[in-house]
Amino acid sequence: MNAPTPINHTQAEAGLVARFDAVRPSLAGSIAVTALRDAAAEQIKATGLPHRRVEEYKYTDLRAFMKSAAPLAAPATSAEAKSVLDGFESYGALDRYRIVIANGTFNADLSDVDALAAEGVTVTDFNDGLAGENGSELLATPKMAGQDGTLALNTAFVQGGVVISVKDGADVSKPVELVQVAVGEGAQVSRNRIVVAKGATFKLLETFAGDTGAGETNVVFDYDVADGAKLAATRLMAGKAEGAKLFTTLARIGADAEFKALGFLAGPAFARNQQFISFTGENSEAKIYGVTMARDRDLADQTLIVDHAVPHCNSREFFKTVLDDEARGVYQGRINVAPHAQKTDGEMMTQALLLGEGAEMANKPELEIFADDVLCAHGATCGEMDADLLFYLRARGIPEAEARTLLVLAFLSEAIEEFDEDTVTEELGARVRAWLAA
Amino acid sequence: MLEIKNLHARIAEDGTEILRGIDLKVNAGEVHAVMGPNGSGKSTLSYILAGKEDYEVTEGEIIFHGENLLDMEPDERAAAGVFLAFQYPIEIPGVATMEFLKTAMNAQRKARGQAELTIPDFMKLVRAKAADLNVTMDMLKRPLNVGFSGGEKKRAEILQMSLLEPSLCVLDETDSGLDIDALRIVSEGVNKLRSPERAMIVITHYQRLLDHIVPDVVHVLSKGKIVKTGGKELALELEKNGYADYVGEAA
Ligand SMILES: Nc1ncnc2c1ncn2[C@@H]1O[C@H](COP(=O)(O)OP(=O)(O)O)[C@@H](O)[C@H]1O
Ligand SMILES: [Mg+2]
Repeated sequence: MNAPTPINHTQAEAGLVARFDAVRPSLAGSIAVTALRDAAAEQIKATGLPHRRVEEYKYTDLRAFMKSAAPLAAPATSAEAKSVLDGFESYGALDRYRIVIANGTFNADLSDVDALAAEGVTVTDFNDGLAGENGSELLATPKMAGQDGTLALNTAFVQGGVVISVKDGADVSKPVELVQVAVGEGAQVSRNRIVVAKGATFKLLETFAGDTGAGETNVVFDYDVADGAKLAATRLMAGKAEGAKLFTTLARIGADAEFKALGFLAGPAFARNQQFISFTGENSEAKIYGVTMARDRDLADQTLIVDHAVPHCNSREFFKTVLDDEARGVYQGRINVAPHAQKTDGEMMTQALLLGEGAEMANKPELEIFADDVLCAHGATCGEMDADLLFYLRARGIPEAEARTLLVLAFLSEAIEEFDEDTVTEELGARVRAWLAA
Repeated sequence: MLEIKNLHARIAEDGTEILRGIDLKVNAGEVHAVMGPNGSGKSTLSYILAGKEDYEVTEGEIIFHGENLLDMEPDERAAAGVFLAFQYPIEIPGVATMEFLKTAMNAQRKARGQAELTIPDFMKLVRAKAADLNVTMDMLKRPLNVGFSGGEKKRAEILQMSLLEPSLCVLDETDSGLDIDALRIVSEGVNKLRSPERAMIVITHYQRLLDHIVPDVVHVLSKGKIVKTGGKELALELEKNGYADYVGEAA
């Protein structure tokens, strides 16, 4: 590998280097963890923020977007976090448990720790894990993520998070909302390990409350789906936001397991939802959905790699994007099929609806297949709203704005309905309506 | 109720002239049949009544209930009482049929200053009228027209029409793609809607629909013009002799 060429730091990069020096002593972790943080910070210092000449960030130039590095958000009290939560609407009256991360660190007071324990779910502070013997294991990243800049930023600055362990065979009765709460402005960097043990069933709702101002939000969700386990994760990022929203999924899926995920992005000026998913056991299924809406000059990016490293697994990737004004949408999806991963079934589809004449979609679905006995397909479409459909609805008396709403909702609903999680279907539909009405 | 005066229209995109001076007056309570060979402009006329943007009116006017129809948006026309049963109803994936029906009915009610229907009232209405037209609950549970057969689509159109209770029903080749039984069911549905306050324009290529929906007036459209108007016996004559006579006349 070539040594990275030294770069001229942007203001944000210089700020990040200074931020790291300032916070390093106060960040959690064993000596091994600190070494990983140092290496990640060194990477940022040497190569800068990911930018358009890095293949994976070709359309998503974080370096150009980030004008400065806001300080990390200071620790928040329970009362402060609670008051933000009280004014936060996520899933309305849905019966659910809650786990709260406030300004990047776990808040046990506001979390349903005891009730979850009774259901076989333990929730512990990520920072306790980082300080422990195997702390560095919590920061492990998969090979396919390479030198990913978003992950490096997370590793360097991670303030905390949770480790959620669902015990063998547990079937948790309610979904669990894992909410990242921002109290005051500032960058939020957290990491969460979710372990769903053998035969367990778990539904996770990932939400984001409060306003980080210009500070970036960088959250890693690291899932271990054991043999025979089922995990459904819904990531809901809705509402206007000035700072970059950077989300990373790392998932390992054991044998006979099911993993379902839907990433919903609507509103932020700059959002990237990236996922690195690998099958580690046979006869498993991953269904990955994306629902993306952007307007103004905003950017929303859904990027993923699904690694079929073992035979007999199915994956489905279905992404829908609606862009208005001069917004930019990005879909980069890759299915890897290893040489021995026979009988892989992969079906990837990305569809974009352009409402604004200046809107642009970069659709890049890819297959990298090294096995011969597989069934893999990919497709991409991009178009405007169908005038005949619109006319049909209007001819029945539905006013134009409402007809458009119905059609956008219909377009996005295909992904929401295939995701097929009753607990979120209605709320996500309401979010689409809210976005359209805004 | 409806008066079309010297209507000329062309395709907006390429300027091809389709309608070349149509005059048609329809009173409340009347059923007018518009017949004519393929390509004579029957669907174009129906689309222009409903407000499709693909066509540009270059001359003439359409007065509906004393108002200038051409000044109204498609949804305004619907709320004012115009209903077009499409020749080719399109499938709308992702829009649930029931949701669509409720949205359309309430949108029209709202435009007319009426209160929204309650869910039970709405359900009751749909159930009763769907049963009449042999539209099954299974069809209503599907997205709009998706996976419907040709005949099911036509029955669904008439169901919409009977729920929306328009004052002007425009039926564009509602008989095409229907077998005898379906034709009877659809015709009964249409006949139920005949009333002194309501007018109908029944567009068809064949006479057989007019055995079931008996018209008061029959017009022959050829090359964008009405070339002959008569009573219901005109349809029978056309059935026997074909359009050849009239196609010649208009040329
Ligand atoms: N949107 C359109 N674009 C292009 N040609 C059209 C369009 N609509 C109608 N036409 C043409 O106009 C003529 C009349 O069509 P139409 O009104 O559908 O006739 P009919 O319903 O009597 O069969 C035909 O030659 C048809 O091809
Ligand atoms: Mg026609």
